[in-house]
Formats: sequence, structure tokens, C-alpha cells
Amino acid sequence: MQRYLTDRKRAVGLGSGRAGTEHHWQMLVSSMAIVVTAPIFFVVFALGFQRPYDEVLAYFGHPAIAVVLAVTMVVIIRHVMNEAIEAAEDYVHGTRGQLTIVGITWASYLVMFAGLFALARMTL
Amino acid sequence: MADVNRGNRPLSPFMIGPYYKPQLTSISSIMVRITGIAVLGLSLVVVAWLFMAATSESAFNLINPIVQSWFGDAVLLAGVWCLSYHVLGRLRHVIWDFGYCWEVRVSERLAIGMFVTATVVTILTFAVFLAV
Repeated sequence: MQRYLTDRKRAVGLGSGRAGTEHHWQMLVSSMAIVVTAPIFFVVFALGFQRPYDEVLAYFGHPAIAVVLAVTMVVIIRHVMNEAIEAAEDYVHGTRGQLTIVGITWASYLVMFAGLFALARMTL
Repeated sequence: MADVNRGNRPLSPFMIGPYYKPQLTSISSIMVRITGIAVLGLSLVVVAWLFMAATSESAFNLINPIVQSWFGDAVLLAGVWCLSYHVLGRLRHVIWDFGYCWEVRVSERLAIGMFVTATVVTILTFAVFLAV
């Protein structure tokens, strides 16, 4: 039978991920990263948590503490952001799916930057 | 689109529940995703606390009693459980992706191990905070 459609038209809409295995690989990389960063964040944060206001400022304002918390926090939030995006890709489709992914990304970066700003302000 | 079959392709149905009984392997995997999203949500609490502390003493005094209340503690402990479970579950994915522990028996043991370890970490955290 003669084919009237081009190969490209036959393939359009059949589910290209647009980025190959990049996202999966990134999840693997950040999965390995959080194995290290999550325990560090947890312990360092917990040590400063149940303190009065002055001590909280002094503790979280220490440059070493602030840098360790900033790095580990960004790694963790970026990872769970991609986790949520992955879930949205699986269960929310079309325009609504695209917008959900944009929303997750905005919210995650907002939380990330608010955290970084707070740590920076306590340090300075 | 004359020669393209668009309507008849088999779809992948959501199997768990009516067609497929829940098992350790599937449930432990789904929980990795749920706990990951929960950690994203709870990161807002931790960052809000840090942000209020950085803002002013009065702002800190607004949020700190809520976070330090029994309810706040329960939420944070749930966060500890979710983070621990998620990290362990993701570690299991890394191990799988490098080609190890594919046997169902082993996967199921890892699932129980994730659950138990996360619970132990949470209880230990609670015990330490009670003691301090």
C-alpha cells in the first residue's frame, strides 16, 4: 500500500519524552546525592532547632552552618521538585500537565530561594 | 492521518486495586513517590521557620510556638519518616539501576528494610528530642 503520510507525521504525538533519558539519569544522580546530603541536613538542622531566638540566630548565622545547610537544602529540594515533576508527567496530561509542571517549578524555586535568603540574612 | 491507527492502541491502565492486588514491591515503590512529594511540601514548613527567624524576633515568636507544639512536632516527625524512607527508597532505585537486587525476594526484603529503618530513625529522633 502506498503511504501518503510522511514518517514524521506518523511519529508525531506518539510520546517522545523530548529529553531522552536525561531526566531519569538526573534523578539517579540526585538520588545518590541525597543519600549524603539528607542525613547531614537533618543532623545540622536538628542541632539548632529547639533553641531560644538569640541562639537560633547565632547558630544558623554561623557561616559554616549556613553553607552546609544551604547546599544540602538545595540538593534535597531540587530532588523532590523533580520527583513531583515526574509524578505530574505521569498523571497530569496536556496543557494542564504543562502548567502543573511550571507551578511545581516556581513553588520549589521560591521555597529554595526563601531558604537561601534566610540563611544569608542570618549570616550577615 | 489515513494510515495511522490512533484510537485502537492499548492503553496502560491503572492496575492496583481492582485488577491487581497490592504487594510489597508496588506499594513500597508508590510510597517513595508519595514521601518525595510530602518532603517537598514539608520543606515549606522548615524554610518558613528559617525565614521567620531571619526576619525578626516577633516573626519568630509567631511561628516558633506552632512549630514547637505537639502538632508541629508530629508534622516534623512525619517529615523525618518521609525523608528517611524516600532516601532509602531512592537508594534502592540506584541499586536496581546499576543492576543489582532484582530478585523479588530481595526487593521485598529491601522494602521491609526501608520501612523499618525509617521508623527506627523517626523513633530515635523523637527519643533524642524528648531527652534534650
